[in-house]
Amino acid sequence: MAQPDGLLYSKEHEWAKIEGEVATIGITDYAQNSLGDIVYVELPRVGQALAAHASIGVVESVKAVSELFSPVAGEVLEINPALEKDPATVNRDAFGEGWMYKVKVAGPPADLLDAAEYDRFVASA
Amino acid sequence: MSAPGSTALRRTRLHSLHRELGGRMVPFGGFEMPVQYGGILREHDAVRERAGLFDLSHMAQYDLRGDGVAAWADELTVNAVATMKPLQARYNIFTNERGGCHDDVLFYRLPDRWLLVVNAGNREKMWELLNAAAAGRPDVQVNSDHGQRALLAVQGPRAAEILGPLCDLDVAALKYYYCAEGRVDGAPAVIARTGYTGEDGFELFVDGRDATRLWTLLIEAGAPLGLEPAGLGARDMLRLEAGMPLYGFELSEEISPLAGGQGWAVKTAKPAFTGKAALVAQLERDDYDRIAGAVLEGRVPARSGYAVFRDGERVGEVRSASIAPSLGNRNIATVLVRKDAAAVGTALQVEIRGSQHAATVVPLPFYKRKA
Repeated sequence: MAQPDGLLYSKEHEWAKIEGEVATIGITDYAQNSLGDIVYVELPRVGQALAAHASIGVVESVKAVSELFSPVAGEVLEINPALEKDPATVNRDAFGEGWMYKVKVAGPPADLLDAAEYDRFVASA
Repeated sequence: MSAPGSTALRRTRLHSLHRELGGRMVPFGGFEMPVQYGGILREHDAVRERAGLFDLSHMAQYDLRGDGVAAWADELTVNAVATMKPLQARYNIFTNERGGCHDDVLFYRLPDRWLLVVNAGNREKMWELLNAAAAGRPDVQVNSDHGQRALLAVQGPRAAEILGPLCDLDVAALKYYYCAEGRVDGAPAVIARTGYTGEDGFELFVDGRDATRLWTLLIEAGAPLGLEPAGLGARDMLRLEAGMPLYGFELSEEISPLAGGQGWAVKTAKPAFTGKAALVAQLERDDYDRIAGAVLEGRVPARSGYAVFRDGERVGEVRSASIAPSLGNRNIATVLVRKDAAAVGTALQVEIRGSQHAATVVPLPFYKRKA
């Protein structure tokens, strides 16, 4: 499974697209596919300070509840309003319309993977 | 006598076909079974609107033979067995002395035997129970199919249309909860108008050696009418919408048929059966915790085990829960609650990750198909 280049990936299957100070965060296509039909997403609040790799929300599929972890440290700027009405957006377009929230990044992201590294990580999972 | 099966995960005859169809295999009842193929919601909709094909070969099929079976089984179960007509199918529950449930099952009365279908997770327990109960009874013989048979289910409003042309008998004329011995594309089968989805449909008990061919044939014949393979995830969602109990959730060794909402099947007029005294006492006191249906407000799903409150007081817990596509994607749950919290209209709160979410008790089933 090829991952989009230019994104950073966590071993908890989140992606981060970092543009200047702002990181857009979502879960990977591998993650949405493993979860199956997503029926609910609980995101952090705007303004909330996130520590890297902290549990900051949940994503619920038909069968299971999974925690969301923040791949970067920072303050939440915005959440994707579309996910409240249609959480399955994440299934349809995990790397695009299914983005989850944006963070004002505090410090450089640590120990994230590039696309090739995440590919290998997923292949070995 | 040893129990059929072992501790390693078993596979049905259709295992490689499930993999080819993209089935996601998970452990269930000692078997590796497909929880989904194309997606649980999509498979749910296929069954409600058109048809779905399920592999249920993990469920154990036991044959009961002998003149004594009906009277013997009537002493082990809550529902009536002896009054079953030839080729009738009937839901039943094997109970313990405390009135709890060993298993919920289906009996099929065939010309030469009774077919008993038990839950996969209870296959060993039931095998031991049946053999112990039949010991010293020359008029009852219990046999396992030893995994030699398969069980396929075609469920959904177009099931008869799909299955009909493949059978040597008129399946559309088969009455609900009746069965017939016939052939599906030449293969011998018990064809039963039973199911666990709340839709019309058929269950096909066939020789395991025919399973792959018949599965492939049904997929091919059904595809033009919208049939899709469906996994255990959709099955669980469909049965919950239809208000049907799942052993281990709405029924258990601790949850009686009365508590589990299956009081309709408890025939206290029968002279004697295991657990009758306990169940009669439960009925008289009418004070037991019981299963109720609940609809949650909002989009946050409940999960099995979540605590249930009424006005700040804990009154029970969630047993099964799901999003319900047939109810406009509302979140539904069965809750096991005190009697005084089980009345339709009662306002409840379900605790989800530390916060309380409003729910209302509603009548079961949540979903009923249009006649």
